[in-house]
Amino acid sequence: MIELKGINKSFDGVQIIKDVSASFEKGKVTQIIGKSGSGKSVLTKCVVGLHEPDSGQIIYDGQNYSDMRGSERTEIRKSIGMLFQASALFDSLTVLQNVMFPLTMFTDQSKSEMEDRANECLRKVNIIDKGHLFPAETSGGMQKRIAIARAIAMEPKYLFADEPNSGLDPQTAIVIDNLIQEITSEYNTTTVVVTHDMNSVMEVADKIIFIHNGQKWWQGTKEELIRTDNTELQDFVYASKFMKRLRESLLSGS
Amino acid sequence: MFETLKHIGAYGMLMKRVLSKPERWKIYKVRIIDEMDKLGVSSLGLVILLSIFMGAVICLQTATNIDSPLIPMTLVGYATRESVILELAPTMLSLILAGKVGSSIASELGSMRVTEQIDALDIMGVNSASYLILPKLVSALVFFPFLIIISMVLGIFGGYIVSVGTGILETQDYIDGIHLDFKLYHVFYAMVKTLFFAAIITTVSAYYGYTVKGGSLEVGKNSTKGVVSSSILILVFNYLLTQIMLI
Repeated sequence: MIELKGINKSFDGVQIIKDVSASFEKGKVTQIIGKSGSGKSVLTKCVVGLHEPDSGQIIYDGQNYSDMRGSERTEIRKSIGMLFQASALFDSLTVLQNVMFPLTMFTDQSKSEMEDRANECLRKVNIIDKGHLFPAETSGGMQKRIAIARAIAMEPKYLFADEPNSGLDPQTAIVIDNLIQEITSEYNTTTVVVTHDMNSVMEVADKIIFIHNGQKWWQGTKEELIRTDNTELQDFVYASKFMKRLRESLLSGS
Repeated sequence: MFETLKHIGAYGMLMKRVLSKPERWKIYKVRIIDEMDKLGVSSLGLVILLSIFMGAVICLQTATNIDSPLIPMTLVGYATRESVILELAPTMLSLILAGKVGSSIASELGSMRVTEQIDALDIMGVNSASYLILPKLVSALVFFPFLIIISMVLGIFGGYIVSVGTGILETQDYIDGIHLDFKLYHVFYAMVKTLFFAAIITTVSAYYGYTVKGGSLEVGKNSTKGVVSSSILILVFNYLLTQIMLI
């Protein structure tokens, strides 16, 4: 479980995150939604330690991550898997080497053991016989799956995904969503997904947090999201006429 | 001024991370060998070509400018050797390597920054600064002196080719000249300069690449800044080291 207590973050005097407190439960997928520029990616980067919050606490399973330095922080980071918007695969390494990378850095396994584990992770994301390719030789959807394979290589306790479906067609996006859900159940990870893809939210979210102007504006479940009367959230989720009609029909039960 | 001080401070902080104890020496060894190939071996062709022509031109210019019969032609070999060892090989070549190697380092790291590959390393718990920059620094410190020695030898050889090929001076005069009053200390001085320049080229370019903010446009801009700053620092350190070591 990850707890956030009163997180604040500013850049050049502009406050991006304003007193956000939240919790992300173990074995569940929490989705953070919000408009572009609302601060959801900055919040996630604060949680994983890529940005230092100006104030507030981040607590990983009872350990105060904000107070940790050096090797203590590195230990927590080894148990974090992260999917980036642009996949962030290492260009100079092959697919197999990318997945093996965390193992080579942090374990004493032999090369064959690492290859076995990397191939197992690649099979889990349905990538077979592509280990010799370089990331640039694979499609966008495949790169996301390779990034998932790399993120789970060390069997993470915490999984973060920053817009994992961006730039993907709806079918591939569902494949990625389902993989995130499967991994969360299988490894019992605390999973946090930043997205504005409402299909993804409706597909896999156990809990939803809506960030508006850097503040936690709303939180709830999928069912509560449909029935919400929060104006800002309604404007965000039901931005199109189609979604508005869908909501009306869901509420009327037709 | 404030901006310059900010850069110096940020550079110092980055170097502290670069020089911290590596997580896995085994992986670093492999990376150092890779970097030697990328930064050093790939520059060999350029070094060979430049050095031969530099030496040849110095020899030609010196020979054509000696009019007085009182000045011995052995001076041509002597002047070529001294120019190549003291200045052309270590400084000129380092300036050229700052362009070739420096821009390659800055753009590689800048691209990794904007595509979040550096963030990915940090999230995994890898010291990205050390993992990415230290092997480049070590490989340049090890390999650049070899490049400069090759350049010295080929520069002097370039002059020899001119003496044989053009007949502008007696080959024996040229050979006698390059043996004349040889000081090993000058080679040592050139090596010290080379080590400083190697460190400047790799770390300054790496700093500009590693700290890119934005997109591909900023990668290009920072790559240029890296080359310009490295070149200026090479010229400043060239003066300072010459003052300290030769006077």
